[in-house]
Parts: sequence; C-alpha cells; structure tokens
Amino acid sequence: MSVLVLVEHTDGNIKKKSFEAVQYAAEIAKKTNTTATALVLGTIADSELENLGTYGVQKVLHVADKKLDELHARAYASALIAAAQKEGSKIIIALHDINGKAVAPRVAVKLKAGLVSGALSYPDLDKGFVLKKAVFSGKAFAFVNITSDVKIITLMANSFPLVAGSGKAAIEKLDVTFGDKDFGVKVKSVDKVTGEVSLADAELVVSGGRGMKGPENWGLIEDLAKELGAATACSRPVADAGWRPHHEHVGQTGGTIRPNLYIAVGISGAIQHLAGVNGSKVIVVINKDPEAPFFKAANYGVVGDAMEILLKLTEAVKKFKQHK
Amino acid sequence: MKILVCISQVPDTSTKIMLKDNDTAVNTQGTTYIINPYDEWYALIRALELKESGVATDVHLITVGKADTEPVIRKGLALGGDQAIRIDADSVDPYQTANYIADYAKTVGYDLLLCGKESIDYNNGSVGVMIAELLDADYIGFATNIQVEGTTATVKREIEGGEETDVVNFPVVIACQKGVAEARIPNMRGIMAARTKPLNVVTPTSSAAVTTILSYEMPPAKAGVKMVSPDNMDELVELLHSEAKVI
Repeated sequence: MSVLVLVEHTDGNIKKKSFEAVQYAAEIAKKTNTTATALVLGTIADSELENLGTYGVQKVLHVADKKLDELHARAYASALIAAAQKEGSKIIIALHDINGKAVAPRVAVKLKAGLVSGALSYPDLDKGFVLKKAVFSGKAFAFVNITSDVKIITLMANSFPLVAGSGKAAIEKLDVTFGDKDFGVKVKSVDKVTGEVSLADAELVVSGGRGMKGPENWGLIEDLAKELGAATACSRPVADAGWRPHHEHVGQTGGTIRPNLYIAVGISGAIQHLAGVNGSKVIVVINKDPEAPFFKAANYGVVGDAMEILLKLTEAVKKFKQHK
Repeated sequence: MKILVCISQVPDTSTKIMLKDNDTAVNTQGTTYIINPYDEWYALIRALELKESGVATDVHLITVGKADTEPVIRKGLALGGDQAIRIDADSVDPYQTANYIADYAKTVGYDLLLCGKESIDYNNGSVGVMIAELLDADYIGFATNIQVEGTTATVKREIEGGEETDVVNFPVVIACQKGVAEARIPNMRGIMAARTKPLNVVTPTSSAAVTTILSYEMPPAKAGVKMVSPDNMDELVELLHSEAKVI
C-alpha cells in the first residue's frame, strides 16, 4: 500500500526537486498511515540512493538498466507500474516537469487513475482526495478531487521547503521486463546544457524586457544573474525580437516559473507576463515608469534607469557577498 | 499521410479570471475565446506546412466541446485545415477528453497527431500523452522542430537540462511549442473557404471522468509594493536578505 514516488537524477546525482517529491510522498504516507517507497531508474550509485532515506522513504527500488539513463517515457511508465504492483501502491507521485509530464499521464491511463498535474498542496483527505493546482497559468487556483481508486499526482517543484531528517532507506534491486514498444523512440543525439542555471529549476531569476533597449545590454542582466547564481529569463517581445532565445521566454505562452526571487527589469507587467511569474515568492520590479502595472504585483520596486540600477544592484550584491 | 490536430478552446490570454457561484465555477460572461496558442501557432501551422510541402494529404482538426466552440474551430479551418471534428461534449477532465479523441482517431487511423504542449486554461499538458497511450502510440513532448520523411518523424525536443533529437515511427503524438512553426493570420480567402468546409459533429463515446474540480480560488492580493530609492541598492539587497529571506 506504500506511496510510490518516481525519483529523477542527472548523471547519478539526485535532483533537489526529487528530494522534495520524496519528502512530499513521505508526508502523504504519514497522513495515510503507510510508508513511502522511491523508484529510481538508470545508472546511479547505492551511496547516492541511501540519501533518499533522509527525506523519509523507507525503501528504494532501483531498476539499474542503462537504457533508462535516457528518457524513455513508456519504459519509465512500465517500471512505475511494475513497482506499483509490487508495493500495492494506490498513490503515485512524480514531478511536474518534462519527465513527469511524459510519464504520469501514461500511468494514469494504464491504471485508470485520476491525475492532478502540478499539485501545490498535500491532499485534503477530509473532502475526498483534493489537491490545489494553478489554472489559467496562475491567474487562479483550482481544487481538484481525484475520484478513482488509484491516485496520481505530479508535484510542482519548489512548493515545499526541504527539511532533512536522519532516516536510512533500504535499497532493493527491481527487475522489470520491458516490451518492444517501451523503447520505440530512438534518441539520435543529446545536447545537454552545462554551466548555466536551468530556468525551470532556478530559485533566483533575473529577467529583462523591452526596457533593456537591445540585446547588447544583456550583459548587465547576465552579470547580476551570475553574481546571484540566478538564471536569466525574458518577456515575450524580447524573445520575439530575437534578442534572447525562445526558451528564456516566461509568461502565459512561454514558460511558467515559480522561483523564490524574480527580478523583472524593464518589463511593464502585461497580464500574460504576470500569469507566467506570479507564483514567484518575492518579486522585485525595476522600471523607469512609476505607473508600470507590474509594481502592483511586486514586493519591492525601484523606479529609474534599468542599466544604471542593474550596475548598482550588481555592485551591491557583490559587496553583500563579501561581507556575509 | 493523415494528420489530426487537437485544438482546445481557451479564454483569450488577456482575460481576467473571475469566479461565480461561491467560487465553484469560472464566470465566463464576456470572455473572448481563442484556439489555445500552442495548438494554433505551432501544431496547426506545422500540419499545414507539411500539407503545403506535399508530405501530408489531409489535415483534420478535432476539439471536444459544445456548439459554442464552432467559431474557434472555423478559425482553424480558415487557417487551412481540410475538415474539423467536434466531439459534442463538455468534458470534465483530461482523461475523458483523451478518450473521446482517441476513440474517434481509431476510426480514421491517423499517422501523425499534433497538439500544443499544454492548454493555457488548465495547464495539465496531459491530454496528448493520454491519447498516445490509448492509441498504443509513441509520444514526444516539448517539440521544437518536426521533420517528416516516409513513415518516420525526426523531432527536436526539450529534455530536462538540454535538448535532444529523436527518430520515431508513425503513428505518433507530438506536443508542440515555440520553434515548431511561426504563427499565421488567416487571409480573406481562407475565411471564405472555411464557411463551407466540413465540420462534423460526433456523439461522444462513453467514458467517465476520474477527477472533478470542486472549487476555485483567486491568488492572494499582494500586500503592496515597498519602494526603494534607485540610489540605495544596498538597502534592496539587505531587504532581500533579512526581510524577504531569499538571498
């Protein structure tokens, strides 16, 4: 009956957001008087797997098949179902990211299970099995009840702070028999981005809009981001004009992000942009126009020239880090 | 080669969401509807490009919705779809939507099914994957480039921490995002032609939902912005550190 959670890793290092998913699963297990089991796929050392116990799982199932180092969603789904059967799991957790979004709906169909995509809360068991999620790209929230016997949740990362405990997890190898179709998608080439902070997972984000005047000024955004250890993002007009790559576009028709800190520079704050970033915990708006609508959604505001403020802010961060 | 493009009707991106009936429903009065941008700008346009280049023979559009979705479907036809299918139902959840679409798709046998990476109303991004599972087909999400040769597609897609290129055989469901195609505006000839293109209304198969939305909530109002002088960035950094505790 244990709560099953799918864990992701990058080249054998468990992702922080997966520890969050594990902690989330362990908490649900507590609420439902059961235990939590983690499922890990691909090449990873036992010493790293043991770390999962720190966040509350009692058992780790490891499918050590090298083919699973690449995302093969159908194979991942087969492994999840095999693990769920072994554990008798009625609750399955994955992350609401590229992997989780490709796997969870497949498992949901196979098990005729209700799926809540992008959950922000623990299930409310008094009202059924009700989870809060953002809808209309963050313009509102919905409370969704899962009515099926088996329940699947993809958790929105950065929803719960991590608190490390002291538990130890038992590791068990799991053999899964895969079907021909599980590896139907052939991976021709992989291009991993290294050295940069990934925008989707970033805790701090510095973002620029049309107020940056041109791509030649982006060095200032990058300098501040580098000093903070932040990812960079941009508004839609900036991506459309080709000043920045498309994957940096955040907003209703780009990426939705919810970092701890979002610094918006020269972005007026159109409703479509706000929809993509209003899940951020703290928003700083820097704009020369004191009437910019973004200030209404901000925690901190600075009115003035974007370039000048960026220079000063980067200096101030540098100074702060030296004295910390 | 037959392509099915899944389109979803969503409120225009500039819509302010308001609730009604004790927050159990969204007030849709006065809402302008559009085709979900990811479905239109990328999935539909790429399908049309494949037809224009002679690779695809048919481009069908499908949506699940009542008669009020027809103006949006006609826009899809005005852009260049050959015919449209409307499954006559108010779907409750992605599972039901996917079942309706997959059941229809089985009766035709499509080679390529395209959809957007997610719809901007419920932001699940799950219908495409579910359709693939129901059709026992492969699925590629977050596609940024789709090339077709014979009965295979070569797809560039976003993965966790990078990008990869995949080769996949038909039938396949591909969910599209920016990069796959460039948005277009329908021309007058297209709009005229759309009026007489077939729009088939299909009775839904029986399929039960497995989730329901009980209520909605608006995001909490911000407490108000604290303004900091542009000459005092040290103060801003201090606030972010000791008050907001984010750095």
